[in-house]
This record gives sequence, C-alpha cells and structure tokens, in this order.
Amino acid sequence: MSDLEKIREGVLEGDIQGVAGGCRALVAGGMPPLDIINQGLIAGMAVVGKKFKAGDMFMPEVLMSAKAMGAGIEIVKPLIAEEDVPTAGKVVIGTVEGDLHDIGKNLVVIMLESSGYQVVNLGVDISPREFVDAVREHKPDILGLSALLTTTMLAMKDTIDELLEEGVRDGLKVIIGGAPVTADFAEEIGADGYAPDGPAAVELADRLLA
Amino acid sequence: MRKRKFEPVRSLLEFRVLSERDILKVHEAALEVMEETGVRFPSHKALDVLEEAGCRVNREAMVARLPARLVMEALRQAPSRYLLAGREPKDDMWIDDKTSYLSTDGCCVDIYDIHSGELRRTTRQDITDACKVADFLPEISYIWGPPVSAQDVPAVIRPLHEIEASMEGTTMHIQPETVISEKMARYALEMGAVVAGGREALRRRPLFSYMQCAMDPLGQDGGSLEASMVAAEWGIPTGFMPMPMSCATAPATLAGNLVVTTVDAVSPLVLMQLINPGTPVYFAAAPTAIDLQTGGYTGGGPEDFLLAAAFGEICHFYRIPLAMGAFATGAKEPDWQAAVDNCFAALMPVLTRTAILNGAGTLNGSKIFSFQELIMDAEIYSMVAKVAGGIEVNDETLALDIIKKVGPGGNSLAEKHTRRHMKKIWQPTVYDRKPYGAWLESGKQGAYEDATEKARWILQNHEVKPLDPRVKEEFARIIKAAEKELG
Repeated sequence: MSDLEKIREGVLEGDIQGVAGGCRALVAGGMPPLDIINQGLIAGMAVVGKKFKAGDMFMPEVLMSAKAMGAGIEIVKPLIAEEDVPTAGKVVIGTVEGDLHDIGKNLVVIMLESSGYQVVNLGVDISPREFVDAVREHKPDILGLSALLTTTMLAMKDTIDELLEEGVRDGLKVIIGGAPVTADFAEEIGADGYAPDGPAAVELADRLLA
Repeated sequence: MRKRKFEPVRSLLEFRVLSERDILKVHEAALEVMEETGVRFPSHKALDVLEEAGCRVNREAMVARLPARLVMEALRQAPSRYLLAGREPKDDMWIDDKTSYLSTDGCCVDIYDIHSGELRRTTRQDITDACKVADFLPEISYIWGPPVSAQDVPAVIRPLHEIEASMEGTTMHIQPETVISEKMARYALEMGAVVAGGREALRRRPLFSYMQCAMDPLGQDGGSLEASMVAAEWGIPTGFMPMPMSCATAPATLAGNLVVTTVDAVSPLVLMQLINPGTPVYFAAAPTAIDLQTGGYTGGGPEDFLLAAAFGEICHFYRIPLAMGAFATGAKEPDWQAAVDNCFAALMPVLTRTAILNGAGTLNGSKIFSFQELIMDAEIYSMVAKVAGGIEVNDETLALDIIKKVGPGGNSLAEKHTRRHMKKIWQPTVYDRKPYGAWLESGKQGAYEDATEKARWILQNHEVKPLDPRVKEEFARIIKAAEKELG
C-alpha cells in the first residue's frame, strides 16, 4: 500500500491518529501539501461519500471519517496559502433568532465540510443583523438558515428580508432546513432551496453552485 | 353516531422490559451524571434558585451540578397523583401510576385537508377542527399541542390564539407546548384564570398544564425553564420532554439513552420543587435513535417501543406520572407503516401503565396532521385497551353451566349469559370487517374511507359547549395586551 493509499484508507476507516501521523510523515518526507490533500484526504473522503450514498456506510461512520480528514487538513494547511486550499464553495450557517437547536445544523456543517465546503458556523440564536454582518464579512456563496420551532421559523423570513434591505441578497444563495420547514415554505419566504437532512443539503449546495 | 363512554385504561397484564436491578443502575447513573457533570440551565433565574439550594453552579457555562440528596428530596416532594381538569368536570382526568390516557399530538405544520385530501399548511381554524374531532372520540382524553400550528396568526401572539382555538373545539384539558417564555406563560395563565374563575380556582382545577422540551443531552431551554417557573409559582402542572436520539444526543446504546432521558426529565423537576414544593410535575419523554442514513429523527421503530416501556418503568420507580410520546409515526400517509408503528407504540406504554400517551393523529414524525389518522389511532387505542384488560377467570366467566347446557354441537347465541357479556367484545368503528361482496359494492371502502366520512360527519354535527362571550372578550383583551407588550 502506498503512503497516500494509507491516508485514503485511514480516512475511510475514520482513523484520526493514523491519518494525522501519516500526513505528518508525508510532510516530513517532502510530499507537496496539495498532493496530500487532493490525492490523500479528499480522495479518501470521496470514497466515503460514494459508499454513504450507496448505503454501505452510516452517518456516524461518515462523521468519523470527516474527523480523520479534518485532522489531516490541520497538519497540512499551515504549509499552503489559504487561497490554494481546494474548496467547493463557502457557506455561512446558523440557527435563527430565538432558537437554540443545533444538532441538525451541526450535522449539515460536518457533511458540507467533508464534501469540500468551507463553512463558517455562527452558532445558535443569530439575529437577522448578525447574519447580514457575517455575509458582509465572509462573502459566502451560500447562507444556511436553520430552525426547529414553529415559533422561530418565521425569523428565517425576517433574515431574508433584512438581507434584501441591506442589499446583500444578490448573488447569495439562501438555503433553509429544520423540522417544521418545507420546500413550499422556502419558496414562500424567497429562499433558494430547502433540504430535509445533511446529505440532501450537500446535494442542494452542489446543485446551486454548479 | 354517538359518543360512547370510554373508561380510562387500567392494564391488568404484567409486562417488564427492565428488572429492578436495571432500574436501580439507570437511577444511580443518572444521579452520578447530575452531581458530577451537571445539567445546563440557560436561565440566571433558574440558576439563582439552584445555587441557593446548594447546587454548584458554573455561571459561564450555565451548568448546575445537582447533589443526589437534593434530587431525592425533590422526587419525594412531587405528588404521585393529581388532577388535570377539563373545562367541564366530565372531562377531568386523575393522573396516577395505574391509569393510561391518550392525547393528541403537537404541533404539526401541515395538514391533509379533510375535503380536498390535499396537503397544505395549517391555520388557526384547523386547531379548532382537530380539537372538535378529538373531543368527539371517546378514546382521546385531552389536547396536547395545539395539534397544529396557527400559522395564519402573528408569531408573537400565536400561542395565546392556539389556546383559545383549542378551547373553541373542546372542553377537554389542554396542554400547550408552544408557551415558551416567562411573559407568554403569564398571559396564558391569565387566560386560564378567566375560564376557571380566578387564580386559586385555576390551581385547584388546572384546565391546562404546560409541556416544555428539554435540550438534550443534559440541558434545558432558557425560555421554557422560565415559563415553567411561572407555572410552578401558580401551582400548575408542568412536564419536561427529553427526546434524546441514540447515536447523536445520547449514546448509541439504549441503556445510555435511558440515563440521558432520566437526567433531562428529573433535573427540571428539582427546580420546580425548589420554587414551590409539592407542585405537580410529570415526566415526559420521546427517546429514539437517529436514522443511520440521514442522521434525522425517525418517529417509530423498535428502539422507540423499548425505550417507551422502559422509561415508563423508571417513572414508576420514582412514582411520578409519565407522558410518553407514542403514536406519531414517521409514515407519510395513514398506511401499513403507520399501523405497525402505532400498534407497538400504543401497546408497550399501556402495558407498563404509562399515565399519558401523547401522539394521536400525526404523520411524518409529528409534522403532518391527519383527521383519518386521528380516528384510526383512537381505534388502535381502543383495541389496546381491550388487550390490556386481560382475561378474567371466575365462575361467571368460565361459564361451565352454559357449556354443559349447550353441549356438543350447540351454540351460545340465544343465551342470557351471552347477552350479559357480549358487549364486552371489542367493537370496531372504522376497522373493516365487511364481507367481501359488501366491500366491493361500497366501492372498496376500507378503514381510511370510513374514517374520512366519520371526520366529516363529526365536523358537521358535533357540538362543543362554546366559550362564554364574556370569556371571549377577556381573551381578546389579554391577547391585545400581549401583542402590545411583545409585538
């Protein structure tokens, strides 16, 4: 097994220490950092994605793999300029004002990250103003809004309205998710898309940025 | 069609998932977690109370560590039997560790329209309609929810409209889950006091109680905590509902899930007893496992059924009534999966004598309301009630004299003994037992079609005692004041 193969295998197995150790050894051996990322870590995660889609891997296993990939990236990243880190796109995400639920949103974050997206996770109870500020600061391709409660889902509309008012809605794709939310609701409040779960969120992001 | 009288279910069957030793192990583990790791109470008001009672409090993390001694004392103070009152005394329920009652579910955002059959977003009127059908069904004892969300009403005052809309559809007890802030809790209780005839009358006959959701694992929601603190102050029953999901917000193993469920149900009870010792509290729970493919909430499945029965046993150990999330299938339509889920989900908690089963009438994991599902769930419950009644064996039921009298090859049809006992044989209302030919002639009408007809009939014909015009005026005043303050 080649060293890069071992990295790919480690990502597939969710072997955090193995992947970190392997990456450290490759860096020390002089392998170009981008090769480690593209041919090792991302290639390994691509296999994970395929297996997950085919039903051969479960969500908790995917998350372990994502952790292993993250451990590898941490080691290689300082060696390259930020703009050279390959990315599928930039996403800012948060749970809307008045809502403290974040497990579903965090699953979406991990799924996006493991699919190559750069994600800025704002956390919970984020006001429309804070979303606008984050969009100005991070200039994302996609903004993700999450809500679990029937009483807070309307804050999604308030957030989108605020984006419009502040003139930062153009060119930004807004996606929403959470238990009470539906595709119809997304359309109603002027969002660009809705996804029911983590894997679907990745597909939606891929489709919107294609 | 008329409303039959339905006795609360008292299971005579014995059924156990956990041994005494298992229960003690879960209990001790929960105490250890509460004392050593602590629970997040994101409200300084709540933390003040807990700190004063001797809990170690980390203000930055908003985590309180609850000494086992304090937890045990609170569990002793909470009552084991109390009243959940209806607007009319005929709808009163005494909650204890022997009786089971069934409620609706909350709070769906979509509904299958009873006339067009199409899926659409829910409105205030749908609450009244759902409550009206539930009010007619003898198996349903109170309204948890509201069954659907009043999405055509501004969010700031929606919970108050939801209470009023529920009362317009039923005289049964109401347990709102959308009152999740201190201010809203005060307005809602004020509405209750108007109906009951004052604050003290409401405490004696609580027409409604609160249901709050926990933030698993090991945490509560700040607004919900402060709303429940108002309820405790008024002496109104409150329950906290943990919904830990194995593999995500709880360990993958079901025993570990039970520990998290226990911590998140017991820890707020401690706070309630500190505020007002003896205030009625119930446990609530809907523990489950994640869907391994998507990480999502499942709504049904064998883990849910086991956890429901097991947590019921743990609540008996504490002698605190449990409201268990049952029914509420993940199926998208009232189909085979819905029936499988809801039969198990009803049977298991009834056999472990769970006080309340929440969840009749919903699909897609409590997101879609269906009138047909409500009627069919009630029918499942009536079957479960019959099964839980077991078989009585005595001289009268052995009927030896009848067997001898009828003799070989005879029949019991025209015997007085038969007439005396035949009404105890379970009777369907929509469960289809038509002969094949009759079924063909009816245009292949099964339970679903019969339930559709029944729902339409109820909506058109069933009359619920309306709210007094003066009460409506007072409600309007309260809602206006709330809108002014919170809007």
